[in-house]
Amino acid sequence: MTRFRPGRLLLQLSCLLIAIWLVAPTLVVIPMSFADRKSLAFPPQGFSTQWYANFFANPQWFGSLVVSLKIAAMVAVVATIIGTMAAIGIERLKTRAGGIIRVLLLTPMIVPGVVLAVGIYAVYLDTRLVGTWTGYVLAHTLLAIPFVVIAVGANLAVFDARLETAAASLGASRLTTFFTVTLPLILPGILSGALFAFVTSFDEVIVSLFITSPQLKTLPVQIFSSMTRDADPTVAAVGSLIFLATTLIIGLGLIFGLRRRGA
Amino acid sequence: MSVLTGRAPRGALLLTLPAIAVLLLVMAVPFGVIVLRSFAEPVPGLANYVWFFQTPVNLTVLARTFTIAFWVTASCVLVAYPYAFAMSIAGPRLRLVLIMCVLVPFWVSGVVRTLAWVILLQDSGVINRILLALGFEKVRLIRTQLGVTIGMTQVLLPFMIMPLYAVMRGIDLRLLQAARSLGAHPVKSFFQIYLPLSLPGVFAGATLVFILSLGFYITPLLLGGPQSTMLSTLIQQQVLSLLSWGRGGAMGVVLLVATFGVLALAGPFMRRRYQISGGSR
Amino acid sequence: MNAVSNEAASKGAAIDIDGISKFYGSFTALEKVSLRVEPGEFMSFLGPSGSGKTTTLNLIAGFTDLSGGDIRLDARSIGHVPAHKRNIGVVFQHYALFPHMSVAQNVAYPLKQRRVGKAERTRAVEEALRKVQLDSFAHRYPSELSGGQQQRVALARAMVFNPSLLLMDEPLGALDKKLREVLQLEIKRIHRELGSTFVYVTHDQEEALVLSDRIAVFNKGRIEQVGTGQALYTAPQTLFVGQFIGESSVLRGPHRSAGGETVLTVAGTTLAAPGAARGEGAQVILLRPEAVMVQAPGTGPQEGRSNILSGVVREMLYLGSAMKYEVTLADGSHVTARTPTQGAPFALGATVELAWRPQESVLLADDGSTAGH
Repeated sequence: MTRFRPGRLLLQLSCLLIAIWLVAPTLVVIPMSFADRKSLAFPPQGFSTQWYANFFANPQWFGSLVVSLKIAAMVAVVATIIGTMAAIGIERLKTRAGGIIRVLLLTPMIVPGVVLAVGIYAVYLDTRLVGTWTGYVLAHTLLAIPFVVIAVGANLAVFDARLETAAASLGASRLTTFFTVTLPLILPGILSGALFAFVTSFDEVIVSLFITSPQLKTLPVQIFSSMTRDADPTVAAVGSLIFLATTLIIGLGLIFGLRRRGA
Repeated sequence: MSVLTGRAPRGALLLTLPAIAVLLLVMAVPFGVIVLRSFAEPVPGLANYVWFFQTPVNLTVLARTFTIAFWVTASCVLVAYPYAFAMSIAGPRLRLVLIMCVLVPFWVSGVVRTLAWVILLQDSGVINRILLALGFEKVRLIRTQLGVTIGMTQVLLPFMIMPLYAVMRGIDLRLLQAARSLGAHPVKSFFQIYLPLSLPGVFAGATLVFILSLGFYITPLLLGGPQSTMLSTLIQQQVLSLLSWGRGGAMGVVLLVATFGVLALAGPFMRRRYQISGGSR
Repeated sequence: MNAVSNEAASKGAAIDIDGISKFYGSFTALEKVSLRVEPGEFMSFLGPSGSGKTTTLNLIAGFTDLSGGDIRLDARSIGHVPAHKRNIGVVFQHYALFPHMSVAQNVAYPLKQRRVGKAERTRAVEEALRKVQLDSFAHRYPSELSGGQQQRVALARAMVFNPSLLLMDEPLGALDKKLREVLQLEIKRIHRELGSTFVYVTHDQEEALVLSDRIAVFNKGRIEQVGTGQALYTAPQTLFVGQFIGESSVLRGPHRSAGGETVLTVAGTTLAAPGAARGEGAQVILLRPEAVMVQAPGTGPQEGRSNILSGVVREMLYLGSAMKYEVTLADGSHVTARTPTQGAPFALGATVELAWRPQESVLLADDGSTAGH
């Protein structure tokens, strides 16, 4: 490899640029969030923390955060249970049917969001689910299940099923085997699936835009409508907080994941 | 009897039932309603589809949707390839950093990232200020096709990098060493050995990015203008502003068919005909 | 270069390795190694992992850069020639077949790089595949072949362009014992047919003995000894070589010289070995199991077996034509003996006498090596 040096340098340089391009644009919201005036013009003038204060004081903003957190928590629980069951079922089927079910369960990831949102909106109008907790949780669960199926499925794929046979031969019942052998071993997959489900719901905006109501509004919807209405730097403050939280969670997740593999 | 090795397929099917129920209720039924209404409202028949394909604006938007999707996909391939390659050959520490750089934007809400692009691309935004400082003309980026393409490429890049990385990680780099021992120049060995082996990943990522681009909504809506409207925005207008469920539905069906059509066409290219690692099994 | 004149076997190249070193940061992988491989010779690099044998091979192939010294192929320096211009065939342990190419395309690859015409290429590929008995598999893909078949394809690919030197890096390491023996014979046959120089890296001493004209034993980034298998077995120059090749027992004790020989005191008994002490330090006697006779206590010297030690049978194995004994001496050390099966064997725990001729003791400097490969 040593004779490849000019190519290597070019590769390193282009990677650095791409990494900056991936991360840096989002960072622009951070200076904006400390702007003095109510404007999104760059560079921001002055320094103030009023937009952060506004975010926590204004019920429109803070209320939508609470709503989003509650919905995301419920989705994380529901989607993780349903998705984990499905992943185990698919793994056990081991046939064409299992493969087909898996592909079907992954489709919500790739269908055009607006078409799905319009359809769900139509159904919700008829069933009075618009602007309800149930409506949000159902729709977000659909979108979160694929991530759980992928995360748990990846873990099951490397799970040695003979361990279950071994546990059975040692006298464990089916249920005991599941809770004492299978579950602890696929727990990392389940946990990352739950995290994915939470974030999916917390970030979801397209379907939420259609099924929202003034009384029950999620944070991304609030950000979106603020952006289309006026240039309120509060969105930048929220954006900065979300960016920080996401970086922290993923960083910790990666480091823990790596450490466990190292151990 | 155990949960994974049990021999009752009926029990296994039962486990997938709740997920399938959600899929049916929240995806299949809504799609069914859309298809139905596109044929039934306001009068039964093909009127909505005839209207769609006979209105020049619609066709312009449809063509533009495909054009933007194409450019976004092409840019993603070009940018993602060296990056994913670097990820696959990097040491564990550097790889962690590179993965972080992909995952963080991936999980930061798309709305927030689009907001950042609005700030960057606006007429008095960062990019134009840099251009002015360098002595260039101001470029109109926001509410243009170029702006939409730039923003979408950045938002969708992780979807290109991850599948590509997954394939590249499995390529045995020692094959390049073997090629050199057989007389191939390093550049040649890259094009003859590495590139063909990485193609399934390119196709998988490109297909994903292309179909996601076709249905992209938030970014084109906030970064785009009347001259860069994509199909998703048109659907939303028909349904929410004009309350025309039939026409909106027909457009939705066109978008769905386009999405699955692309997927079906690309399917065979993503399959690997051979084992990717040349090593011992 | 005329790459494909298969009818007349190409002449092998001479390799001159001239004081080569390889450092990775502060780690020394190879230090000032010199070696000459004769044209057409089958040379094995034998040693434990990390001994520098694969590093040497990679340096010859050009996969790694030299830190010092030079390598010459037929008197032409190749130290700074890029790998793809060295014209050296390499067979890897991991086969390294291109998975997206058929068997025929894999074998044709080096010929394409050398712009050999299509007709000539087809002919050469067919011939190479026939040599490894895979002519009917030309259109299969590597993943459809067994491990042994894949390695045969790799062999065909490495020799199809008639390189004057063929390097093999533990090519049989991933295969099971039976298959390994079959392929060893084939490699030997191909070496004879081609007439090229072969350099074969292995950590398996039996394999090295079966295949090679000469063996270079590597240890800790140096070559300990170069010689024929027989020379290494009967006259090892270091304790490491003696223990690495074949089975052996090592006896340690204070020594003094006595005339033309050296006498060691082991477990209270004096033992004679031919020759003067090696260097200043402690000396050992290396014994091959077949040299040692196991006899009843009090038998005394028979047929010149004047070195006699007493011990207790700790383990006995019946090997058909022979019996193998593990005997523990009074000082706690062990001696392995292999004797033809005759009469009633000695029982476990029995006290026996071990006897051998002094000239069968190999006297070596104690370099601290312990058996265990």
